[in-house]
Amino acid sequence: MSRTRQRRFCDRIMTAVFWFCGAALLVVIAAVAIFLFNRGWRVLSFEFLTQPPKDGMTTGGILTPLIGTIQLIIVAMLTALPVGIMTGLYFAEYATDNLFTKVLRISIRSLAGVPSVIFGLFGLSVFVVFMNFGSCLLSAGLTLGCLSLPLIVTVSEQAFLAVPQDYRDASYALGATKYQTVVKVLSPSAASTIITGVILAIGRVAGETAPIMFTGAAYFAPEIALSLFEQVMALPYHIYVLATSSTDVNATMPIQYGAILVLIGLVLGTSAIGVIARAKLSHRDGR
Amino acid sequence: MDSDKVQIRTLGLDLYYGYAHVLKKIELDIGRRAVTAFIGPSGCGKSSYLRCLNRMNDFIPSARITGRIELEGMDILSAETDVIALRRRVGMVFQRPNPFPMSIYDNVAYGPRLNGIKDKERLDEIVKRSLNAAALWDEVKIKLNQPGTGLSGGQQQRLCIARAIATEPDVLLMDEPTSALDPMATARIEELVRELKEHYTVVIVTHNMQQAARISDMTAFFLLGELIEYDRTARIFTSPSDKRTEDYISGRFG
Repeated sequence: MSRTRQRRFCDRIMTAVFWFCGAALLVVIAAVAIFLFNRGWRVLSFEFLTQPPKDGMTTGGILTPLIGTIQLIIVAMLTALPVGIMTGLYFAEYATDNLFTKVLRISIRSLAGVPSVIFGLFGLSVFVVFMNFGSCLLSAGLTLGCLSLPLIVTVSEQAFLAVPQDYRDASYALGATKYQTVVKVLSPSAASTIITGVILAIGRVAGETAPIMFTGAAYFAPEIALSLFEQVMALPYHIYVLATSSTDVNATMPIQYGAILVLIGLVLGTSAIGVIARAKLSHRDGR
Repeated sequence: MDSDKVQIRTLGLDLYYGYAHVLKKIELDIGRRAVTAFIGPSGCGKSSYLRCLNRMNDFIPSARITGRIELEGMDILSAETDVIALRRRVGMVFQRPNPFPMSIYDNVAYGPRLNGIKDKERLDEIVKRSLNAAALWDEVKIKLNQPGTGLSGGQQQRLCIARAIATEPDVLLMDEPTSALDPMATARIEELVRELKEHYTVVIVTHNMQQAARISDMTAFFLLGELIEYDRTARIFTSPSDKRTEDYISGRFG
């Protein structure tokens, strides 16, 4: 075989290998999706979404855990977003390079590697016991907020750092203060990237079980929580309960897969909203 | 130069970036409502000097400045000088067009809004006047709400000029404003610069000697951080008094 033919052959083989890797990933995702859909689609209905679990969770829907999860996301994001975005802004625009900021950076990076069950125990000792909120929506939401902080901080910092220096120069040369530059130029430019991070954080928060088990998720709650100090049901924990301590497996299995489908739909739906918001913002910026 | 025509007076200016001695004992008077061009090879300090005039060097932590620069008697380099107020009097246009990622209108209104102007009618009038002065109004008047980044390079640079003059500065600094533009766009900017000197003191750094010859009244030649020669442009380009100036403008180096 000549050198060129050999090289061309090698090129084709490698193209096939890369294609196969991509295709394999698609097959795995498709297999999971088909498996879940196959097992859960029969229970999906309007009633499934609007009825609370009934008869020892063997019939009824998932209204309470669905609303509970949404409530948890809202509490977590309301607390983590302001703190996380402002911390990212601090790192990107204000922090000078010294020992204090180095320690801060390392701490936040380490926080991202802490297993979620540790966050659960942290939430239990700080919010539930020490601050005496009890096991409730507030404690669980705050715990999830802590869990998502490292992600939000990192994404926000990167988003602000990615804003071209040209914009800063132009703004300062027009006599803007640092604060005016941050508010009027940097924040709008960074917003679309930050939104992506927020979506990731919501996805993470929505699917976590361990941090809320000790801090506010109820095994069963007949009603939607109307105050921050009530326990809530949550989809991931509800799925866990149905899968591990069901009284009637045949009855709960479809509900369990239906709940999984709804949870995935919730996360994907949030992502879709994020993608649309991002596209709108980018369009407005003309980029 | 008659002292009543001087807008910016520089006395014994030295600039260091860390250990690098970037500007050496610069003495220079910049005339009011005239175009002053700085020429010289890359790294000669002309842009660094320009950035002293609106204190943009403040952002370089290793920068150290000694000497004195006066803007109509006000000491620009003094620690007590309000940098924000200074930059509102001394506008700047950069090498690469850098409109903000917002609409054409908001780009121009940015400076006036910083100064607290909120009245819609007044902003409209400022935007129109500034875009007119930057010879851009006719091209963009029907699309003021479209993003400034959607314009061509030359239009973007004229938008940046409009943005800079919207705050009615006394001085306009231009750091190689045409180096990223094509010849047609460059010609329009040059024409614009000649018009701008009716109302503003223009200081322009340029790599292009023909450009300096075409548009400036005074030209300063920098080399290795020193001001070699400063004179009327006509004189610099016809009978320079320093051998190094002559060598540079005749293309023997640079």
